[in-house]
Amino acid sequence: MDCSLVRTLVHRYCAGEENWVDSRTIYVGHREPPPGTEAYIPQRYPDNRIVSAKYTFWNFIPKNLFEQFRRIANFYFLIIFLVQLIIDTPTSPVTSGLPLFFVITVTAIKQGYEDWLRHKADNAMNQCPVHFIQHGKLVRKQSRKLRVGDIVMVKENEIFPCDLIFLSSSRGDGTCHVTTASLDGESSHKTHYAVQDTKGFHTEEEIDGLHATVECEQPQPDLYKFVGRINVYNDLNDPVVRPLGSENLLLRGATLKNTEKIFGVAIYTGMETKMALNYQSKSQKRSAVEKSMNVFLIVYLCILISKALINTVLKYVWQSEPFRDEPWYNQKTEAERQRNLFLRAFTDFLAFMVLFNYIIPVSMYVTVEMQKFLGSYFITWDEDMFDEDTGEGPLVNTSDLNEELGQVEYVFTDKTGTLTENNMEFKECCIEGHVYVPHVVCNGQVLPDSSGIDMIDSSPGVSSREREELFFRALCLCHTVQVKDDDDVDGPRMSPGSGKSCVYISSSPDEVALVEGVQRLGFTYLRLKDSYMEILNRDSGIERFELLEILSFDSVRRRMSVIVKSATGEIYLFCKGADSSIFPRVIEGKVDQIRSRVERNAVEGLRTLCVAYKRLIPEEYEGICKLLQATKVALQDREKKLAEAYEQIEKDLILLGATAVEDRLQEKAADTIEALQKAGIKVWVLTGDKMETAAATCYACKLFRRSTQLLELTTKKIEEQSLHDVLFELSKTVLRCSGSLARDNFSGLSADMQDYGLIIDGAALSLIMKPREDGSSSNYRELFLDICRNCSAVLCCRMAPLQKAQIVKLIKLSKEHPITLAIGDGANDVSMILEAHVGIGVIGKEGRQAARNSDYAIPKFKHLKKMLLVHGHFYYIRISELVQYFFYKNVCFIFPQFLYQFFCGFSQQTLYDTAYLTLYNISFTSLPILLYSLMEQHVSIDTLKRDPSLYRDIAKNALLRWRVFIYWTFLGLFDALVFFFGAYFMFENTTVTNNGQIMTTSTHMIFGNWTFGMLVFTVMVFTVTLKLALDTHYWTWINHFVIWGSLLFYIVFSLLWGGIIWPFLNYQRMYYVFIQMLSSGPAWLAVVLLVTVGLLPDVLKKVLCRQLWPTATERVQSPCPTAARRGPHPQEVAFTFWNSEEYATLPPTLGPAQGPLGSSLSRGCPGSGPEMPV
Amino acid sequence: MAMNYNSKDEVDGGPPCAPGGTAKSRRPDNTAFKQQRLPAWQPILTAGTVLPTFFIIGLIFIPIGIGIFVTSNNIREIEIDYTGTEPSSPCNKCLSPDVTPCFCTINFTLEKSFEGNVFMYYGLSNFYQNHRRYVKSRDDSQLNGDSSALLNPSKECEPYRRNEDKPIAPCGAIANSMFNDTLELFLIGNDSSPTPITLKKKGIAWWTDKNVKFRNPPGGETLEERFKGTTKPVNWLNPVYMLDSDPDNNGFINEDFIVWMRTAALPTFRKLYRLIERKSDLHPTLPAGRYYLNITYNYPVHSFDGRKRMILSTISWMGGKNPFLGIAYIAIGSISFLLGVVLLVINHKYRNSSNTADITI
Repeated sequence: MDCSLVRTLVHRYCAGEENWVDSRTIYVGHREPPPGTEAYIPQRYPDNRIVSAKYTFWNFIPKNLFEQFRRIANFYFLIIFLVQLIIDTPTSPVTSGLPLFFVITVTAIKQGYEDWLRHKADNAMNQCPVHFIQHGKLVRKQSRKLRVGDIVMVKENEIFPCDLIFLSSSRGDGTCHVTTASLDGESSHKTHYAVQDTKGFHTEEEIDGLHATVECEQPQPDLYKFVGRINVYNDLNDPVVRPLGSENLLLRGATLKNTEKIFGVAIYTGMETKMALNYQSKSQKRSAVEKSMNVFLIVYLCILISKALINTVLKYVWQSEPFRDEPWYNQKTEAERQRNLFLRAFTDFLAFMVLFNYIIPVSMYVTVEMQKFLGSYFITWDEDMFDEDTGEGPLVNTSDLNEELGQVEYVFTDKTGTLTENNMEFKECCIEGHVYVPHVVCNGQVLPDSSGIDMIDSSPGVSSREREELFFRALCLCHTVQVKDDDDVDGPRMSPGSGKSCVYISSSPDEVALVEGVQRLGFTYLRLKDSYMEILNRDSGIERFELLEILSFDSVRRRMSVIVKSATGEIYLFCKGADSSIFPRVIEGKVDQIRSRVERNAVEGLRTLCVAYKRLIPEEYEGICKLLQATKVALQDREKKLAEAYEQIEKDLILLGATAVEDRLQEKAADTIEALQKAGIKVWVLTGDKMETAAATCYACKLFRRSTQLLELTTKKIEEQSLHDVLFELSKTVLRCSGSLARDNFSGLSADMQDYGLIIDGAALSLIMKPREDGSSSNYRELFLDICRNCSAVLCCRMAPLQKAQIVKLIKLSKEHPITLAIGDGANDVSMILEAHVGIGVIGKEGRQAARNSDYAIPKFKHLKKMLLVHGHFYYIRISELVQYFFYKNVCFIFPQFLYQFFCGFSQQTLYDTAYLTLYNISFTSLPILLYSLMEQHVSIDTLKRDPSLYRDIAKNALLRWRVFIYWTFLGLFDALVFFFGAYFMFENTTVTNNGQIMTTSTHMIFGNWTFGMLVFTVMVFTVTLKLALDTHYWTWINHFVIWGSLLFYIVFSLLWGGIIWPFLNYQRMYYVFIQMLSSGPAWLAVVLLVTVGLLPDVLKKVLCRQLWPTATERVQSPCPTAARRGPHPQEVAFTFWNSEEYATLPPTLGPAQGPLGSSLSRGCPGSGPEMPV
Repeated sequence: MAMNYNSKDEVDGGPPCAPGGTAKSRRPDNTAFKQQRLPAWQPILTAGTVLPTFFIIGLIFIPIGIGIFVTSNNIREIEIDYTGTEPSSPCNKCLSPDVTPCFCTINFTLEKSFEGNVFMYYGLSNFYQNHRRYVKSRDDSQLNGDSSALLNPSKECEPYRRNEDKPIAPCGAIANSMFNDTLELFLIGNDSSPTPITLKKKGIAWWTDKNVKFRNPPGGETLEERFKGTTKPVNWLNPVYMLDSDPDNNGFINEDFIVWMRTAALPTFRKLYRLIERKSDLHPTLPAGRYYLNITYNYPVHSFDGRKRMILSTISWMGGKNPFLGIAYIAIGSISFLLGVVLLVINHKYRNSSNTADITI
């Protein structure tokens, strides 16, 4: 997967580089550093050519063939083909060569075309003109000629040609704005900073005079990480060393905005840019259907081998009598006679293998691939999943997992941005126990009365007035919000400011909400200019604070800080973060009042943040400065060191207050979750939020109900008791309940059963997951899983991104191996999206990273309902029918061939002509099933949406279980027996003969072995196609066209194939065989009879199963006879409906075990009113 | 064949020189096809819809079956085994290969007269005409009169491709093992000497085979000249151009030969040998009475435990005697009818029980 990395490595080693170094040194502008500096090992770098194409003109054929034959199926068919070429086999190599050739060619053409497009794109990219500085002059060159160390100039709205270290910009403050839409999809402007010592160079000459080296790490794909340092050599001897971070790095693919031009030095070029390194595809996920398909394939491979073995053995037993082996009329050639017995037996075995190899058809792979590829368009085309507000529709990033959508058992959902809108609104703040609520905002306008604050508590005293202002200042200063000062109106939000409109942009919507909220409370953040933050205070005076340091936010620390120097020279550290990360670091302040307020807010579903500060004396600040500088310059382990440094700095804080921001639920989130639960899917919420907030959201979206008994497995509880005790206690509660549940269910009193919800936090989870010294960690895990299984809903709060993935993995690998789905919208969900069987990204506010890494992306959480219940369901039934049907029709196809061996002396004589062998899977029976697998709707879309419980009918791979598979196989065997022996009895006693009335007068002719095969084949094609027709529940004109069309095609083809002496063939065995057969009455009668017999058992099974043990789906399908008959008895109807209501509200822990007869009633009758198509 | 969208996306991420592509609406089309809402017929196989079908199948199949069965039973057929393995058999003497040519005669009696056209077959058993080595051992180009193939037959014909450095015409195992017994039929009249029954040699092969697929090689005045440079198949007594005196039935287009060349599907088979045409409507073609069969016994089957038969049969609109089809039709018709009844019962019972089940839940 890391092929380009490997390529780089190989390149490096091939270039004779002995030692692979961790960092690279770049001479800016190719100027040698002054003598005396450390000697660096010169490294070779690739040029700036982007090669996303896999092939060149020359290596396309060998490389593409190699790639294709690496697939095990293709390789298998290649082997069969080669065997056919080498030894004397019953079928011509064409029969397997042609389909294989077809598949390989089509794939090669497709890949070739894609590669050609890539070449074109590469060329366009590589030939893009780039400005660079040479000898103080601006030179225009093609992008691909760019080298590491070149100084590049980029103008506004241009895309950076390679990864650059930002040296200087036309803006005075040495910043530039960048959008990375094509990199990670985030369209917000990001600010990057030029290197301090070079930001003064504004002209070409100046920049050319720069004498510096850059040391940085070797390229790595993480877009957001970069460490390096720059040495600037002035006239003085000592070079100035500056740290470089990702804020100094301009990535290829990003676009320069709001800045006239910038200068930068190229450090990573071509395939080493971070964008190129991110081209690598994700690991392949395989669906459950594909896994069962592979198991079935192995079964069929075994059948194939055993068939071949049986026939080989029987052949030699049968041949042991010489008159059978070599009767006088059928002598062997001399060469054949002299061949070694074992060699002969082995070739015979291979020949049988070849004869029966069609049981595993090439075309199945093609059809499955086509079905998946074409079928996935239905998702992108779905209008219901198109979001008007954002103008986004669903995206399909992989079509391999379509059917997995119908198999989901666990949904892991992120909360923020997924369940909730991530559209933050500042609700209130609490300063030292006093609560402030900003004015209600109406349509973006503050209501006109001007006081600005509603005091809920009694009015504060003087000292608290100071605190209050400090709090607002802290909120105004402690953030990374940018002000978008141009008059572009496409910005995400207009602040409801007083006349002057400024738009705040931030990667975190909370921050924007806070800054806006504070604005409504009187303090407006104006801008950041030359490291000074400007604030408009309540008295309309401008306050300026010098921004000294930003201790940026990360999800582990869960807080951020700024260090600012006020106009009066006081240095403050403001810290803002989650309560759990602030409270332990607070030494002063009204902690208890604020904590209670925070908890109250959290229960209401608000997002809370605590704000604290500390005053720094200059000496302290010096120390901090040094510490930070030291860590920032470090090349290795910078992250870790930084974290340690932050830890050291952010302590002994004084608590100021807390804020509360409301995050509204997404529309229909509750409805969706309810539907998912009814569908038997367990929904888990994984969030980084605090427990109370998360729990409130869960209540709001009906994940927890009032009746739900909450079980807590949190740090607090574990502190009280040991983990061991807590776990056992919980499991006892839950298991007792489930025990009684079973009893209740049995006695029909299940309505009052208890339904449990579990809350667990990250710390407790890591305790459970942590392997114990004695290695018995699995014990806790099992216990934990047991508890989880019995809970209808689980909420995991305080989760770090990796813990989310851990949870998913834990469930994924538990002993039932359930299918998991993870849905999230932010970068913190990527790990879980990648981990789950199906990863769904919500195209949301927090950027597109989740959407990019997901398998499917949807605009809103509510679309998950249709995605799973409708599309997933359809894809699943379609592909499972496709797989089963393919095996079935090939059993029908090959088993007569096997039976025929018993009647032809095990001589590998084929029953069918080569053309029919080849075309059976390619054309006679391929299109109907493909169209079925694209169009089938066994139940209408609306019914599926209305009745989520139908999803349970297909849970646990229901249509591909062994029982179903064996049914299909036996159906195939039965049909094959019918075809073969039907034809056999027709032929045995003479006389499928043709009385030839049509052809000539009163002749009466005998049919040979090809007519026999033709009869079997005709019956087979008709039966197999009609079988599919019986399975089709949704007959559009396309289905009609394809099903009847392919039968017609078969007939026309046969007429044509037998109607002409084909000059290029060296045999004419099919000449007039089909036509002669058609002119024989008994043949017609036999076809009708055998087709009927072949279809009868399946029809019978269908009808009986539907009548006696109907599934919920079948009940919905059929017009409900009970309801219709009940018409005249209104009381009964009412009773039933009341009953069904009960069912609807039952919690889903009842499980699918509640039986089809039970709950399905409620589904069947109300849904199948008069509008139901019959 | 991994068709995912990765490559496409990369390409789409493409045009780097044109900043800020036009944001076109991604809104999908609201067509019935794309929204999966094409108008459709949605049939459901329920007991209600299937029940009538079962009855109809029963009602149609049973009469057809009876019709076929009766027709088939009305067909007269007699089969005479003349292998001669039993010591009592007149052909027993012909089993030893020394007696050539060997003639034997078998008497038989027709209990009832055969009306209409009568077909005469020879039947072989345990003869694997469908063996792969055998089936492919022919050259269709040669048989189609291709002169190059005539002199250079296909390799598939080995080991019956060349004999004494001359190409064999017709080559291959099938041709080489052509059935060469001669059968003659005589009616032993009440009084005088036996009357021979006229056996028609022509019209026993497929018309297309005789006129299109099989052709004598071109050129030459006589047939012998056309086959110049070839030799006869090893087991044949005469070369191919001496199969029959009638020029229209000689060489590759000899109908006995063509019939033999159509390889049988099963190891027990019969092939059409001669036609006995109805002479007039008044007299039966073969009146009841005693007959004898004169056999020129050339074809050895004893070595592979085979049997040889001569079959006389009349035909009907549906071909020869075949009780299977009629019985099968009757059986399937009855089963289907029976199933219909069973389903009806189940349907009825189930409705009642389902009512109660609904209420107790």
